Amino acid sequence: MVVSSRLADRAVNDAWARRLLSHLPVPSGELEAVQVRGREALIRQSLPSRRQEDWRFTDLTPLKALDPLSLNPLTAAVGSSLPSAGWPAPAPGSLRLWLDGRSDPLAGQTLPPGLSRLSSDDLHQALGRSLAGCDCEQHWPVELNQATVSHCLALRVSGVIAETLELVCVADAQHTLRPVRVLLLLEEKASLEVLQVQLGSGASLSSLVVEAQLGRQAHLLHGLLALGEAEACFLGHLAVEQASESRFRSVMASRGWALSRFEPRITQRDGAAHTELKALQLAERDQLADTHSQVRFLGPDGALEQLHKAIAADQGHSVFNGAVAVPRQAQRTNANQLSRNLLLSDQARIDTKPQLEIVADDVRCTHGATVSRLQADQLFYLQSRGIDAATASRLLRRGFCQEVLRDFPAAAAVWNPLQRLMVEA
Amino acid sequence: MIRPDADLLLDIVDLHATVADQPILKGVNLSIRAGEIHAVMGRNGSGKSTLSKVLAGHPAYSVTAGSVRYRGSDLLDLDPEQRARIGLFLGFQYPVEIPGVSNLEFLRVATNARRGELGKEELDTFAFEDVVRDRLKVVQMDAAFLERSVNEGFSGGEKKRNEILQMALLEPVVAILDETDSGLDIDALRIVAGGVNQLATPDNATLLITHYQRLLDVITPDFVHVMAAGRILRTGGKELALELEERGYDWVDQELAVLEVA
Repeated sequence: MVVSSRLADRAVNDAWARRLLSHLPVPSGELEAVQVRGREALIRQSLPSRRQEDWRFTDLTPLKALDPLSLNPLTAAVGSSLPSAGWPAPAPGSLRLWLDGRSDPLAGQTLPPGLSRLSSDDLHQALGRSLAGCDCEQHWPVELNQATVSHCLALRVSGVIAETLELVCVADAQHTLRPVRVLLLLEEKASLEVLQVQLGSGASLSSLVVEAQLGRQAHLLHGLLALGEAEACFLGHLAVEQASESRFRSVMASRGWALSRFEPRITQRDGAAHTELKALQLAERDQLADTHSQVRFLGPDGALEQLHKAIAADQGHSVFNGAVAVPRQAQRTNANQLSRNLLLSDQARIDTKPQLEIVADDVRCTHGATVSRLQADQLFYLQSRGIDAATASRLLRRGFCQEVLRDFPAAAAVWNPLQRLMVEA
Repeated sequence: MIRPDADLLLDIVDLHATVADQPILKGVNLSIRAGEIHAVMGRNGSGKSTLSKVLAGHPAYSVTAGSVRYRGSDLLDLDPEQRARIGLFLGFQYPVEIPGVSNLEFLRVATNARRGELGKEELDTFAFEDVVRDRLKVVQMDAAFLERSVNEGFSGGEKKRNEILQMALLEPVVAILDETDSGLDIDALRIVAGGVNQLATPDNATLLITHYQRLLDVITPDFVHVMAAGRILRTGGKELALELEERGYDWVDQELAVLEVA
């Protein structure tokens, strides 16, 4: 019985990818080889299933509900995704690019000094390296992206860039598959702030793969504001390799996706770098919000500050798995991970799991997880100052979000992240 | 300042309270009049912190018998926020950190809640900034603390100063300061005590909950109460605190043993 249902399951999963591939155009263009690789992988691998440890808590039903025969990566960016259609004006000092995975967002744009387009040779040499360096080049969501993407925004950063690079991707037409691929090479002492805004609605699938390489003393702040609606699904991978003394900060906030799965994976190649990961994910109605992070220290003296926050309401399900690998050579690593979760209904569910693999003996690694209603001691503290329970609860829910949102690049303000992420009681 | 004809602000009669069904307060009697400074001293576990939380309305504590009247009306009927609005203030032993909530906004919302009760108009952001900058001087606090999250990453001393800043803004009628001296070095203690002294007037009253005499070197109490096993065992003047300091708490145990036998 079990066996036959497994086989049936497997057949459905295999069929989904095959049906998607069946109507894709023949691989072509600058990413032809990448497409070929991705499609071959999708034929070999079936869709992830809950029998795989990494997908144990992640029910892919919303993804399978998207009709693979209709999903089309070539859907043109329609009117609403163009700058004229009521989107907020970019913040002063930010450079907005519209990404649709197939056209060149740099066409007609002037890049600020220090930011340049990667040559085709450099692109092909660098593409996929950080995915491999972060051990996720064969992940199913990555292969799906590779199979379908026809353009990569590839930039070299060779100085301190004052402008915030704002990358906006909209999947708002029915049956849109929007694969976005970004590659950033930060040279020594380069510094950049990126804000990615991913908007999805209708029966659409947004797929994001970002690779970044940070040279010595480079600094990258990567903000990802992922806002979905209805049946829209989001799959995102962030693969970052850090040289020593570099600083990488990731801030992510997501809400509204039927299914969202975000995998930030960071490798400190020689240790001695600083990594900061902050995330806020919301799971409401019957949504599933999942973050699987991995940070690996391949040398000594590395540091990690990670704060993952989740709010689960209604029948929402939040999943967090935070892997931290500290092998023998990573002495004096200082890694702190905290998972804080707010459970706002009896039917909501939260699965949170630290996954520390520590071999080095001279390290300081802390981790903690809390799942609670609004914290009673905080509520009482506010009430004891004359603040009524409803106002206190609103202040606390807002504070819960702000602890993450305040670290977004300032350019994010035009998208009103707080108003979009704040859950009303 | 003791004036027998001063208004009775807080009147605690035979107060019994439990936490998790465990009796902690077992018949506390205490009257506080305007202008007075009281100190409740006692060992850990004597019930002194519980007394402060029960008065402030902490939901984890249940009053099982007795009464508390605040300026003549029943206090125990009120929600914690109503108690604060009418002028009861609890300075926390461990002020709570609230990441993401700006200290400035917290102070403004709290101040306006109290002002509303007093029939004063709400202060907008700008008007409030003027008020708070003035009040910062009471505790010699840097304005940078206003921009941070409530108590987040504050040192022990900074948290206690932030408590007294709140007291300075809320202008309570009865301030209960729970172990305000714990974790303070001598300089921070002087600053905090200086703030409390500045805020004491003939119209309000202060109840200090403390373990040690050293707070009472810098804030002179009119009354000292010794608490043990959920009751006030003895009441005296400031010399009682000195006696405690000298003899330790052991004699309290002996006295308690006699009491228990009787």
